[in-house]
Amino acid sequence: MEIVRSHRQLAAAGGGGGGWAGGLPTYRVAPQLEVRLEEFELFAIDRLRVLKGIADGLSRGKRPEEMEKLVKELWKAHMRHQDPAETLNKDIISHFVLRLVYCRTEELRKWFLSMETTLFRYRFRLESPESQRMLMSEFQLPYKALPHSEFEAVKEKLSQVSRTIGQSATVESVFFKVPFEEVPDLVASRRVFLSKGYAYVAMSQVVSLVVTQFRCNISKALVLTNRKWTATMKEQEKDRLTPIVEALSNAYFGPDYSQPKDAVEISLKDIDQLAKTSFPLCMRHMLEKLRENHHLKHGGRMQFGLFLKGAGLKLEDALAFWRAEFSQKVGSERFDKEYAYSIRHNYGKEGKRTDYTPYSCQKIISATPGVGDHHGCPYRHFGEENLRAALNKMGISGHPLDDIMDKVKNRHYQLACTMTFEAAHGVSCDTGINHPNQYFSESQKVLKAKNQAVQSQATT
Amino acid sequence: MAREDDKVEAMEIDGEHQQAATTAVLDGFNADYLRIYYGKLFPYGDFFKWLSYGNDGKHPGCDQSYVGRREFSFTLENDIYLRFQSFDSVAEMESSIKEKCPFKIDIGPVYSVDPAKRHAYAQSGNNVFVPVERELIFDIDISDYDDVRYCCSGADVCMDCWPLMTIAIKILDASLRDDFGFNHILWVYSGRRGVHCWVCDSRARRLNNEQRAAIADYFRVYKGGENTMKKVSLTGAVLHPFLARSYTDVLKGFFEDKLLISQQLFASEERYQKIIDLIPDENVASELHDKWQGNRRSSISKEDANATRWEQLKSTLQSGKHKVLRRCIEEIVFSYTYPRLDMEVSKHMNHLLKAPFCIHPKTGRVCVPIDPDNCDDFDPMTVPTLSQLLGELNAADLHTDSENDWERTSLDKSVRYFRTSFLQPLLKACKEEIESSYNAKLQQSKNSLTW
Repeated sequence: MEIVRSHRQLAAAGGGGGGWAGGLPTYRVAPQLEVRLEEFELFAIDRLRVLKGIADGLSRGKRPEEMEKLVKELWKAHMRHQDPAETLNKDIISHFVLRLVYCRTEELRKWFLSMETTLFRYRFRLESPESQRMLMSEFQLPYKALPHSEFEAVKEKLSQVSRTIGQSATVESVFFKVPFEEVPDLVASRRVFLSKGYAYVAMSQVVSLVVTQFRCNISKALVLTNRKWTATMKEQEKDRLTPIVEALSNAYFGPDYSQPKDAVEISLKDIDQLAKTSFPLCMRHMLEKLRENHHLKHGGRMQFGLFLKGAGLKLEDALAFWRAEFSQKVGSERFDKEYAYSIRHNYGKEGKRTDYTPYSCQKIISATPGVGDHHGCPYRHFGEENLRAALNKMGISGHPLDDIMDKVKNRHYQLACTMTFEAAHGVSCDTGINHPNQYFSESQKVLKAKNQAVQSQATT
Repeated sequence: MAREDDKVEAMEIDGEHQQAATTAVLDGFNADYLRIYYGKLFPYGDFFKWLSYGNDGKHPGCDQSYVGRREFSFTLENDIYLRFQSFDSVAEMESSIKEKCPFKIDIGPVYSVDPAKRHAYAQSGNNVFVPVERELIFDIDISDYDDVRYCCSGADVCMDCWPLMTIAIKILDASLRDDFGFNHILWVYSGRRGVHCWVCDSRARRLNNEQRAAIADYFRVYKGGENTMKKVSLTGAVLHPFLARSYTDVLKGFFEDKLLISQQLFASEERYQKIIDLIPDENVASELHDKWQGNRRSSISKEDANATRWEQLKSTLQSGKHKVLRRCIEEIVFSYTYPRLDMEVSKHMNHLLKAPFCIHPKTGRVCVPIDPDNCDDFDPMTVPTLSQLLGELNAADLHTDSENDWERTSLDKSVRYFRTSFLQPLLKACKEEIESSYNAKLQQSKNSLTW
């Protein structure tokens, strides 16, 4: 891709669209086309809006049909152009620009891969059957439709599966028999019939096959791009593209809370008090359970431990904090042996020495707590009774409580948390809550302001 | 080493007085016993053959570096962890185990490079030290069933609750074979409170984390943490073939014929209330509650109460107009009987899992394989203990000509099962795969040459 300041040529017209069938490109090859610097940035920002919208939708736990609608709207709002060739150009350019932006760390790559894959999935679903078939052949998927005799043999099972996912009992007639490894999403949700290592994938489900392939391609490409970026491009482009690329990822991603901001520190003895005033419900709950059981399972230790780190708890204090509880249950010897390592690990002092980032709401909401687990998002993972009781304990009742429960019913978990914040603090929170550490720092800000107000009143 | 020899000699002298010897070995677990176990009984040969997966052969297609890239992790007596141990040969492994006498041996993944030399490779950057192969593993603990068993809790088990593990084996084993097409599956008693499963087909070993997670999710019915009342929710007009088969072939019969009585599920108000809580219709729930509370003092015996109340609950739900209520019968059975997996263990390639034939330090029992076809007969209370084995070793006639010492103990049955039912078919398949992939490669290079 050439980046120039003025004129350019159209990818579509040049035919070098990086592999595309109909309106949906597969981004296999970087296009040979020129891009103006302004567009380089503008297109990328528009695509980011789409990806960010998708991320929000996923964190709300939207159903596939709702996601399909959302993707369609987002795409129309940010990426559409009257001229289809123009749209295609923007699509391809913006994708490749964001590849540069998001290739640089594991965390960024993971996010980009997940959002691009979701975007592709729903765009694919919106394509016509002919163009879907063209895309299948574009990905060189070697599968043939199930022959009639084989189909008849398993027809009953296939109908059983389609009824479990709310489709009619009359089975579609075109199925592909593929190794189950190719469609992990369909296996995970039991939306396919499995027999002897093969998954029977209906024509309406081939999107899963295509997406697996798409994901795999993009994942490999991101690693390659990263290598190329660090090896040559970053230096070559240090006056031109590098600043844009770096600004793009920072500007949009927001703080990651891996380092406490402004050197805020919290100390061991303050934790219980802070929990009462400033911890979001998920963290209050885990603290309570930890104090009660002197134990938290892995998922809880990660979610709560990293939150405390982000809130400013130093490593030594963190070790003391966890040891005080765990030693009551497992003894301090076993604590030092089995648990201390992972706490130091979270602080980047062991293993591959990554300074781990506290979990965002999106990650917490998509967790799947199991037996004995206390992590996850209370708004999503608690039963209604338990959630009401927990909110009551925070002093929330009456109208605000009903409003919160209403949001929960509509699966707006982050909004429910935001409303809890507002009810608990008596102020509005316009930005919305999207990170437990943000909840914490916003709460501290409010409380400090209130304190100052009280003090200044006392002095005047 | 001299110390060890003394000990072995002392044992042999004991063997002269057979009667005394069997009782001379005190119950329990200690490092000295363990040293003898590792010295005489641990089946190194079969164990190492397993993890070599045929790559220790002479065939040019064998990957000689394969087994040496496997991580072993030892936990020593003083709770010191030794991670990233690796061995190129069975002799090397045997002498290391004998020397270090680990209380626990864990098996990790096969890495891209020898894990013992990972630091040397780390210098070159670019993450070359990554897991590349690992058996698909499952871990099921009875302690995760504490809300549905009343006989024991925590790490304790008895023959009233152990069948929950048997059920888990049956359900998973059938699906791993019939649905996923795996053939080489090893079930192992974890030594105290659960079972481990090792799926060893090459296809299983090569699964990536996403595919592992997908399989674990396929098996997951029990959802929700500690804060949801209802943990099993079955949606859709009918059950998925896998769940339907599990229900009719295994769960339903087990629940009605065994668990209902053995756990006295309806015997007290507290217990039946827990089941009533799973019914989504308040009218039906309170109707049943009132009925059972009313006849509390009637003359029916407790056994009868469990069966009678279950029948009453079923007929009330079945007569309901709503499909949801009929589905609720299945949900109750699944809640009480369906396997509960430790998901994290299965999802990631680099999770460590305790090796078969270890001794559990708390119980002294050997982690023996369990034959899934006869898992109903497995009784954890009769699994050989360390002291029992040593007693048998002492008592056995020293002059009998047996190739291995374990043949003179009750470990014999377990090693034999491991070898004939698991290892031999596995190695046969490995050999065929090595040959065919070698031939394919040869064919390919030949083709490119003639071109």
